Amino acid sequence: MANKDQWIIEITPKKSPLEFNFKEIWRYRDLLFLFVKRDIITLYKQTILGPLWYLIQPLFTSVIFTLIFNNVAGIETGKVPPFLFNLAGITAWGYFKNCLMNTSDTFKKNEAIFGKVYFPRVIVPLSIVISNLVRFGIQLLIFVSFYVYFISTGEMQLSLNYTLIYIPFIVITMGLTGLGLGNIISSLVTKYRDLTYLLSFGIQLLMYLSAVMYPIHVIKEKVPKISWIIEYNPIATIIETFRNISFGDSNISIIRILIVLMISFIIFLLGLLVFNRTEKNFIDTV
Amino acid sequence: MMKQKLILKIEGLSKQYRLGLIGTKTLTHDLNRWFHRVTGRIDPYLKIGEKNDRSTTGNSDYVWALKNINFEVEEGEVVGIIGKNGAGKSTLLKILSKVTSPSVGKVKLNGRIASLLEVGTGFHPEMTGRENVFLNGAILGMTKKEIKKKLDAIISFSGCERYIDTPVKRYSSGMTVRLAFAVAAHLEPDILVVDEVLAVGDIEFQKKAIGKMQDISSSEGRTVLFVSHNMAAIKNLCTRVMVLNNGELAFDGRVEEGLSFYKELARIGETANFSSFKNEHIELLDISVTPLNGKILSISSGIEIYIEFRNQLDNINLDCTVEIVNEDEVVIYHNGALVLDDRNSERGIYRLKAELSPYLLNSGYYKINLIFGKDQRYVILEAKDAFAFEVDILGSSASSKKPGILYRGFDWKSEFIENK
Repeated sequence: MANKDQWIIEITPKKSPLEFNFKEIWRYRDLLFLFVKRDIITLYKQTILGPLWYLIQPLFTSVIFTLIFNNVAGIETGKVPPFLFNLAGITAWGYFKNCLMNTSDTFKKNEAIFGKVYFPRVIVPLSIVISNLVRFGIQLLIFVSFYVYFISTGEMQLSLNYTLIYIPFIVITMGLTGLGLGNIISSLVTKYRDLTYLLSFGIQLLMYLSAVMYPIHVIKEKVPKISWIIEYNPIATIIETFRNISFGDSNISIIRILIVLMISFIIFLLGLLVFNRTEKNFIDTV
Repeated sequence: MMKQKLILKIEGLSKQYRLGLIGTKTLTHDLNRWFHRVTGRIDPYLKIGEKNDRSTTGNSDYVWALKNINFEVEEGEVVGIIGKNGAGKSTLLKILSKVTSPSVGKVKLNGRIASLLEVGTGFHPEMTGRENVFLNGAILGMTKKEIKKKLDAIISFSGCERYIDTPVKRYSSGMTVRLAFAVAAHLEPDILVVDEVLAVGDIEFQKKAIGKMQDISSSEGRTVLFVSHNMAAIKNLCTRVMVLNNGELAFDGRVEEGLSFYKELARIGETANFSSFKNEHIELLDISVTPLNGKILSISSGIEIYIEFRNQLDNINLDCTVEIVNEDEVVIYHNGALVLDDRNSERGIYRLKAELSPYLLNSGYYKINLIFGKDQRYVILEAKDAFAFEVDILGSSASSKKPGILYRGFDWKSEFIENK
């Protein structure tokens, strides 16, 4: 044999943390879409109310937020009806939160399948981010229908402008950040279970710090001392930007969007790095 | 003869595991590891670690599930891998199928590897059979195009045509297994790994699985790695046997030799798990079953049972009863002996030997129960399943096991009575 020492596959103890086998992921692209399809199909098959929960959850949360933060606490939302203001925040926050939550237990949830067969593990969180996109799309539709409703009743005016083109970037930023953080957490959870508990209340706290139910400038006025936390929180910037775009507020800083996009990309890469390291041996520790 | 193409090469493969709970210590170990790595030294925990013998206690928190495994496999070989529980078979297969990675060493493959150990992985009960075929196939590494091409073959092999568009949750468990196996059987890997797949499913399915494996290896010329406790299947299928023992490759060679090597190993090894049989009066120290003649326990060898125990009771009439139980839990012998003639026992170690002549026990698996008694009235210690052994068919006049519990024949007499 001439090429006796040429091997197609080599299995070695540790791969370099920077070694991503994109070719392999590409080869498994069919699996990615079958996972997405499975998530979507099974969601509709399981219950009659299934897809309806997508609507109930953001609507009820918006109602409660409006009651507490706008009617009781008296947060001003400007020309925008408080309900719609909250719905915008919740819709955007929801996509980030679902990406983070659903990817954060990748290893634990798929232990049985990961323990038996190899495929690039990153396919699973990727499929979650994509199938959540469908969920986000549905919730966006609800938001749009209420938007149209409030315009038709004359409670607000239609004011959209060119900034709409930034929406895809906002969505990508949310997905990347959620995926990156989720990957980091899912990797650490394989060894340190404490993080699961930390996450469930950490995400609650993060929501309050992410300008979901208030505009950032209100915090600046009322509690200037700690407003830097919210200003430096990339999620807050994303949500505020999403809202500003939706309500035609031209107070948008492209630089900020770019910075946030970069941060999210760094988080995403970091997540991939940690995930990549974990996937080789996690089955021994999970 | 032309040298066959190498398809698998394993070089110095080792795998280390941490024992015990993963708790606070992990973090300190991890930090220590990290510190060693950044300062350019080697992992301090890779140096330690002991032979993985599950019945003896070691001092280290780390054990080697596999230690320095080296072998090569050529195309078309069917390799049987045997070993006791915890010998490292599953770890080896896990490394080969990339589920986990080795601690040290390398595996080189010249082709796609797929394992039958994941039959039905990723089946979703809410999806139809057809959808599950695609999903399962993709998980196992096929592309959508490949699956589409083989879809008809898969469905007809499974025999689930009528139900293929019904959700899998409506399937019987047998149908699910058939469908899953059909997908796995159409993978066409260059190396097929089979782990105890024959342990599940009914006899028909087992036959089908074995038949498929034979097809894969003989007619398609693919390589098969087969892990099993089913010695008959190994004998039928394999061209080569490897015996793993405590994480090390103890034997690699011809099937017959490998099997008898393993039997010998299993016999020595079994003496290790009697330590749990003790109370304040009696402690079982050693029990073994050895052939009276030759080296292998067989129909023709006869057996000797050796028992060693510590007695803590003074001045009693001590007796010991040996029970031999067969595979069907039938007690074949219940035979006791007075250890002492009178009520004059002393504290200390006693030793008993019991012999059973050749051509008495039929071939098969047996277990031994021990009952220690006091004054022929009270039980002071009962040791259930204290030992297990296998009697080989060697010496039998038949090539496979004869029916009947005992082998020993009648004393026949035949006479000629009348001339008509």
